[in-house]
Amino acid sequence: MAQSPQAAGGFASIPALLQRNASAFGSKAAYREKEYGIWQSWSWSDTEKEIEALALGFLNLGVNEGDFIAVIGRNRPYFYWAIVAAQSVGAIPVPLYQDSAAEEMAYVMEHCGARFAVVEDQEQVDKLIEIQDGLHQFEHMIYIDPRGMRKYDHHKLHQFSHVQEQGRAAHEEFIGDLKARREKLDYSSICVMLYTSGTTGRPKGVVLSNRNIIEASKSSSEFDTLGPGEEVLAYLPMAWVGDFIFSIGQAYWTGFCVNCPENADTMMHDLREIGPTYYFAPPRVFENQLTNVMIRMEDAGRFKQWLFHKFMAHARKVGPAILDGQPVGFMDKLKYGLGNLLVYGPLKDTLGLGRVRVGYTAGEAIGPEIFDFYRSLGINLKQLYGQTEASVFITLQPDGGVRSDTVGVPAPGVEIKIADNGEVFYRSPGTFEYYYKNEESTKSTKDEEGWVATGDAGFFDDETGQLRIIDRAKDVGKMADGAMFAPKYVENKLKFFPNILEAVLFGNQREECTAFINIDLNAVGNWAERNNIGYASYQELAGHPKVLETIKSHVEDVNRSLADDPMLAHCQVHRFLVLHKELDADDGEMTRTRKVRRGVISEKFEDLLGALYDGSDEIYTTTEVTYEDGRKGSISATLKIVDAAVSPVERAKVAAE
Amino acid sequence: MLDASEGYTTEDGRKIGGVVMEMKNITLRFGGVVAIQDISFDIREGEIRAIIGPNGAGKSSMLNVISGFYNPQEGEVWYKGAKRPPMKPYEVARQGIARTFQNIALFEGMSVLDNVMTGRIRQMKAGMLAQAIWKGKAEREEVENREVVEKIIDFLEIQHIRKTPVGRLPYGLKKRVELARALAAEPSILLLDEPMAGMNVEEKEDMSRFVLDVNDEFGTTIALIEHDMGVVMDLSDRVVVMDYGKKIGDGTPDEVRNNQAVIDAYLGVAHD
Repeated sequence: MAQSPQAAGGFASIPALLQRNASAFGSKAAYREKEYGIWQSWSWSDTEKEIEALALGFLNLGVNEGDFIAVIGRNRPYFYWAIVAAQSVGAIPVPLYQDSAAEEMAYVMEHCGARFAVVEDQEQVDKLIEIQDGLHQFEHMIYIDPRGMRKYDHHKLHQFSHVQEQGRAAHEEFIGDLKARREKLDYSSICVMLYTSGTTGRPKGVVLSNRNIIEASKSSSEFDTLGPGEEVLAYLPMAWVGDFIFSIGQAYWTGFCVNCPENADTMMHDLREIGPTYYFAPPRVFENQLTNVMIRMEDAGRFKQWLFHKFMAHARKVGPAILDGQPVGFMDKLKYGLGNLLVYGPLKDTLGLGRVRVGYTAGEAIGPEIFDFYRSLGINLKQLYGQTEASVFITLQPDGGVRSDTVGVPAPGVEIKIADNGEVFYRSPGTFEYYYKNEESTKSTKDEEGWVATGDAGFFDDETGQLRIIDRAKDVGKMADGAMFAPKYVENKLKFFPNILEAVLFGNQREECTAFINIDLNAVGNWAERNNIGYASYQELAGHPKVLETIKSHVEDVNRSLADDPMLAHCQVHRFLVLHKELDADDGEMTRTRKVRRGVISEKFEDLLGALYDGSDEIYTTTEVTYEDGRKGSISATLKIVDAAVSPVERAKVAAE
Repeated sequence: MLDASEGYTTEDGRKIGGVVMEMKNITLRFGGVVAIQDISFDIREGEIRAIIGPNGAGKSSMLNVISGFYNPQEGEVWYKGAKRPPMKPYEVARQGIARTFQNIALFEGMSVLDNVMTGRIRQMKAGMLAQAIWKGKAEREEVENREVVEKIIDFLEIQHIRKTPVGRLPYGLKKRVELARALAAEPSILLLDEPMAGMNVEEKEDMSRFVLDVNDEFGTTIALIEHDMGVVMDLSDRVVVMDYGKKIGDGTPDEVRNNQAVIDAYLGVAHD
């Protein structure tokens, strides 16, 4: 097959892929959106016409090559068209988070100097009008939903469908220009600019070229053999790189159909109706779905409950093996088949995951129980590791090599190296071009050879050859004996138990690890109610001997699993205590996004930390608390310090030698 | 007074037409109790007209007179330039007047969609047999009406509860479903009986926005009763104030706000 060394298959841009799709899959559905209670659909050839009309309309409004066009709204076909239409006229689309506050939006709009914006409705129009005085380059706004817009001044405000009409009317005049601009696009032209969420400092504009997006989409589609028959549900923010890759990159590369929900609240219904074959969700979504299933099962009749638990136990035993194609006994297979008929199939249907062939989760650690639950049902859920700067893909789990504690093998075309401090670096065709107007950050992130620092620490698992991410690189420390100390990894393991809400691990520069633990009031309270354990306050429940016993068993479970892991065996928790108050952002112990502030906590609870290391059995402490209205008070308690059994580490070493 | 046939344009650019409904010297008695005493006012096409007053002022009775539920002993109701004879509520509904209720009156066991569809009953003409077989005209009608209903569901942003039984919904959403059902009838006058009662601030804001949007998008004339003065003053073009069955004020929100009789009725006045 003759393939140009430059562009994959000779298609050097998304608009070029659009034209290929319109001729190759003309009548096949490209987009669907539920509106007025039914699924409206557009074929690839419809899509091409819609995008062309909009692109001509853009020219009619005076869009120049190199202009930035902001796209602000929830997942709707119109916005995806706006992105591709912008690319077609040589402009750069910049999708933004539609729920960001006006000031945040103002920063980004000013930073990229967008001249145009395509927005959803009155709400977004109002937001932009509010900030437009500060935006010197901003000129025209195009809205999709005309509701409530009649009274606005329409000099610089246009309805989406009118822009398209004007474009169609001016076809003769502009088609030549459009074709010329479209043909100019090559592998190195900018495909999109995406802003990374600003958890540290201001958001940065990541510039991704056609090469980045198309190469990443091509190799990842081949990795999972995605074809034109796939169905995806586009429901994650359009400003997020994942949605760009799934709903534009891979969709245009393979020609599959992107389905848009009716609105954010109907997502679960729409998921069931569409039954996607390729699905991505963050761990939180899977967690919520599982919780819902469990709660509804508790209300089910006796027989159904029995059936559910009986077959789920079987699924846990053999489900993952069957999914991975490993040999399983005939009777087990037969029983799994029966379970599929009675339980798994209907359950998957209810969840909307009945047709999922490839499913991914990423972003945070997913609890092994949750992960295994879905896999045991026969849903091919896998993990990937990626970031905006890499056009998503750094590592992916291959079919048949899926584990809950790894993130997979390097994606095709991606090279990975691990620095001495454990930080993961990568280099790939998907690696971003530069940060817009921020040379300094570009230099500190991407070196001259193209290696990009992820900021995460990890290592390759010996057994599977897959990458394991353990923590943010700056949080990883060393214990007194020089072994690696990775607090978040252990804390996540603890937090996978529903009874544990938060955990804080200590051990940097120390002989052994210890932990503070917060119980989850809902889960533990529920358990107390069922077991007739009375309690008057959080503090009393947290100090109840039976609760301590339960938590101790959880800690020991974690220790056992850590002991199997030569890299992290020394991070086992030797002693712990259950805190008398919930860690709270109001008290400065956590960030607003619920990440623990290690420094603040170890200072504030210095006495408790001391007690964990000086061998005492209990400690009396008084802590200041801030109420929601800003008043301050204090609570005091005597906390028990519990020794947890640790599994010997040496044994593993000896066995290895 | 403005001329009945001419309209005017509001500050925010909405066109208000001529008088579409006029109440002339209405008196309504229940035995010896006089609920409404000699009240006259008009409603213009395209306006939002509020009726306010303290508890027991006779507001709901007035609304019931408009909707044809009560027939007043004295006085005349003029609708679209003709005197309206005493009518049954369904006859009034046929004339294009729809309403919502203070205490929600939905079919609790039916889905939101089915409830809203009942608002289209006036537009369904197929016979019972045709409906049962669901062929030909009945099927066509259902599709047409469903389309109208879906637009209203979209307009009021209740897509996510389309198939949910009404009984399972929280109060604020039920109110919205009731509004949807009234709108489904494509009324020329919409009567809202305390649309914000029992709502929290956020729900009130939502509801106010929907009332304004309905008026703006469909040009529907709206007559509403409301307790919350803030809401009334923001929403309405003109306000009738009632107290003890009598009209004590009538005019724009500003005029009414400065009317001494209204201030006395709301704040109380020393009887000497």
